[in-house]
Amino acid sequence: MQFIQLVIGGISQGCIYGLIALGFVLIYKATETVSFAQGELMMLGAFCGLAAMTFLGFPFWLAIPSTIAAMAVFGVLLERIVIRPILGQPQFSIVMLTIGIGYVARGLITMIPGIGTETHALPVPYKDQIFNAGALVLNAEQLVIIGATATLCLLLFAVFRYSKIGIAMQASSQNQLAAYYMGIPVKTLNGVVWGLAAAVAAVAGLLLSPITFVHANMGFIGLKAFPAAVVGGFGSLPGAIVGGLVIGIVESLSGFYLPEGIKDVAAYVVVLIMLMVKPNGLFGERLRKKV
Amino acid sequence: MRFIFKTDYGQDVNLAKHGGHLFWYGLLMVLLIAAPWLFAEYWLAQLTFVLIYSIVGLGLMLLAGFTGLFSIGHAAFLGVGAYTQAVFVNMGAPFPVALLLAGTLSAAVGVIVGLPALRVKGIYLGIATLSFGFIVVEVLARWESVTGGNSGIHVKKPDLFGWKVDSAEGFYFLCLVIAVLATLGILNLLRSPTGRAFVAIRDSEISAQSMGIHLARYKTLSFSISAALAGIGGALYAHKLTFISPDQFDILQSIDLLLMVVIGGLGSVHGAFLGAIFLISMPQLISLTKDYLPTAVGQAPGLQGLVYGAVLIAFVLFEPLGLYGRWLKVRTYLQLFPFYRQGLFKRQKSFTKSDRLK
Repeated sequence: MQFIQLVIGGISQGCIYGLIALGFVLIYKATETVSFAQGELMMLGAFCGLAAMTFLGFPFWLAIPSTIAAMAVFGVLLERIVIRPILGQPQFSIVMLTIGIGYVARGLITMIPGIGTETHALPVPYKDQIFNAGALVLNAEQLVIIGATATLCLLLFAVFRYSKIGIAMQASSQNQLAAYYMGIPVKTLNGVVWGLAAAVAAVAGLLLSPITFVHANMGFIGLKAFPAAVVGGFGSLPGAIVGGLVIGIVESLSGFYLPEGIKDVAAYVVVLIMLMVKPNGLFGERLRKKV
Repeated sequence: MRFIFKTDYGQDVNLAKHGGHLFWYGLLMVLLIAAPWLFAEYWLAQLTFVLIYSIVGLGLMLLAGFTGLFSIGHAAFLGVGAYTQAVFVNMGAPFPVALLLAGTLSAAVGVIVGLPALRVKGIYLGIATLSFGFIVVEVLARWESVTGGNSGIHVKKPDLFGWKVDSAEGFYFLCLVIAVLATLGILNLLRSPTGRAFVAIRDSEISAQSMGIHLARYKTLSFSISAALAGIGGALYAHKLTFISPDQFDILQSIDLLLMVVIGGLGSVHGAFLGAIFLISMPQLISLTKDYLPTAVGQAPGLQGLVYGAVLIAFVLFEPLGLYGRWLKVRTYLQLFPFYRQGLFKRQKSFTKSDRLK
């Protein structure tokens, strides 16, 4: 029973990692760049939700969509203002750029007087509800995380599989120049992808904040989503979620069965092993350049 | 405008290309040697930190700027060097022996980290080094019998076979000598076939391989040299601070080191020094301007992070070659005056080329 309990805890934590990793993978697939600001986008989303619920006084059902929409717009603007000017530059300049964005976001939030340095609780209606299923104790927060992640995955899958814009994104992720020649507006699409990634990050932030509270440093959890993305294979959307679940469960079990201190590095040990054994991840594509 | 008339093939590989180089670098050397008598103790300490960070920066520059491998966990090597030095010096080992051990152990760890680098590239390597950095910090914090855990460890003064370096000036000269040796070593390496192989790997792995460069060997070599320099820098860092704890070598330190080479200018030895000057002087500049800002802004805890982030974004957007690139532009402007064109250093616009197909 305890084992199942731990696994469920791990799954809900893993869903959060998976959602952040989903943001990485979306951006990586479409623009071939890695965003180190994903954790900070999540933090901004959580603060945005907090502002909507407490200062603007929105009811829960209105606050959630408005936060997600606001973050999506923010993501599009971010791409337009700072990412697009360096499109096509070496990958690493964009990595440094997103690290810079992360610093600025964290700095700005901490600078808000009275709010930035405090820890806040997000007032969600399902807070502290507990269900008993046999000997299992289930938290409403955990169940909501698992449910929301599953819904979001289905939605994204449908978009990428059936919608025109999703297919265009797949094309542009394979070869931007060729996609451009085929009449796909690659630059606009990049903006949409950043918006989508920011929206997914906002969802992750809103789901996580009832558990860990809202504070300026919550974005550091994004560093654990990298292992999730790598374990799943960096270019694969279902891989990101599966990778997140693997990391979450390993972390949860190692925290209980292994000596203290292993839990914090379990994710990184898993990713190092993965990189040595199967560098392309569980669902990664194996591509080779042919001359 | 200076025209160099070449009469000898040796001129192509000379470290000093012309008399101007000799004169200006000589002047810089004289200034650095005279520094203890010119500057107050506080500024001398800052200068020592600049030298220490330059040594680490040289290593990271070799790896990131010249071999094209990015390490997001370089502070781990710094930590390994610092702790090795601390443990051996506290056991009574003389300074050079401990320094050698610190460099060697860091290099050995670098080889171990470099091994996955042979199979993975780009962002995967970044994440491998990032993960490694986290693991090293955790090991430093948990291996309490050797490292003293989270409470840290004190480091004794350096001891050069009986000559105790206990003054700030003495330690400054020690750092200066090591920094100069490291710089000359890197410059020498870069004009040797090994250095050329590194640059070839950075520019295109496939063409480097076709030219007969053994990728695995050179990548591992680059990792180990870079880690050794970081270890030596870490050893000096430990002596300068006299007290080290695991949280000084975390991810933020690694990002600071990356920030240093990117802002200094990737792919230039000058960049390591300019970046170190930037990294050390920035907090000072921020605290100087704090008094003139409104209290709500000036006293906010996030100010430093905000400024760092904004400067980083500005550099990547407007000056991708960093401070050294800016200096190149100024120099070209002066040399070509009045014929400098606006578009001389303009970047070509393009789409992202897929990295996955390598």
